[in-house]
Amino acid sequence: MEDDHRFTQLKDIVKMYLPEDVPVGAIGMDSNFIKELNINSANLVDIVLDVEDAFGIRLENEDMDRMQTVRDALNIITQKLRDKK
Amino acid sequence: MLVTNDIIKKLPYEDPFLFVDRINMVSDNAIEGCYTFKKEEFFYKGHFKGHPVTPGVILTECCAQIGLVCLGIYLLSTEEGETAGFQVALSGSEMQFMLPVLPLETVTVKSNMLFFRFNKLKCEVKMYNRQAQLVCRGVLSGMIRYTNT
Repeated sequence: MEDDHRFTQLKDIVKMYLPEDVPVGAIGMDSNFIKELNINSANLVDIVLDVEDAFGIRLENEDMDRMQTVRDALNIITQKLRDKK
Repeated sequence: MLVTNDIIKKLPYEDPFLFVDRINMVSDNAIEGCYTFKKEEFFYKGHFKGHPVTPGVILTECCAQIGLVCLGIYLLSTEEGETAGFQVALSGSEMQFMLPVLPLETVTVKSNMLFFRFNKLKCEVKMYNRQAQLVCRGVLSGMIRYTNT
């Protein structure tokens, strides 16, 4: 259930940076941020910064490199939150 | 570490689209530079008919070249050392314009970094005229990264 909640939280962040022609419904677990959701690299940085604030974590360059899909992002968030404990 | 002249030499612009004459100061989170608009800049011919005024987009460009690109070049060099090539792209601008800038005016751009992370640089910029009056202000962001060599 915690995972669902995180997905919703992430979706709320991502939807603010979607281009006009991509509907919110297009955001799925396996959506690729750049190739499928048409989010550019500048907005992907904004998403990461918002994710950091929302979850109280900090991402590094390596995390950014492997954050291709929504699922990747959720995995990184889960791992960072676990490391924090 | 780059000295200010080296920063200008590394800029990917040239006449008639280089809008930086000098960098007065640069640090890890701020930069200040200036530019004098020449009498014969190409855009004065058409903006406006018979009444040359510097277009807002050019003021924005001047702010971006000094406040984002020059600062970005400096930050990249301190973080990653110097290499030959890099790419820049403006990704966002939100500007307000207070006063007109006429030919032969010297403007000073002051930029304060909001953040530089994952190759995105976001800054608060202000431009002043020779009388130290605020000409325009805004928030600019762009991507800057070394190209793989």
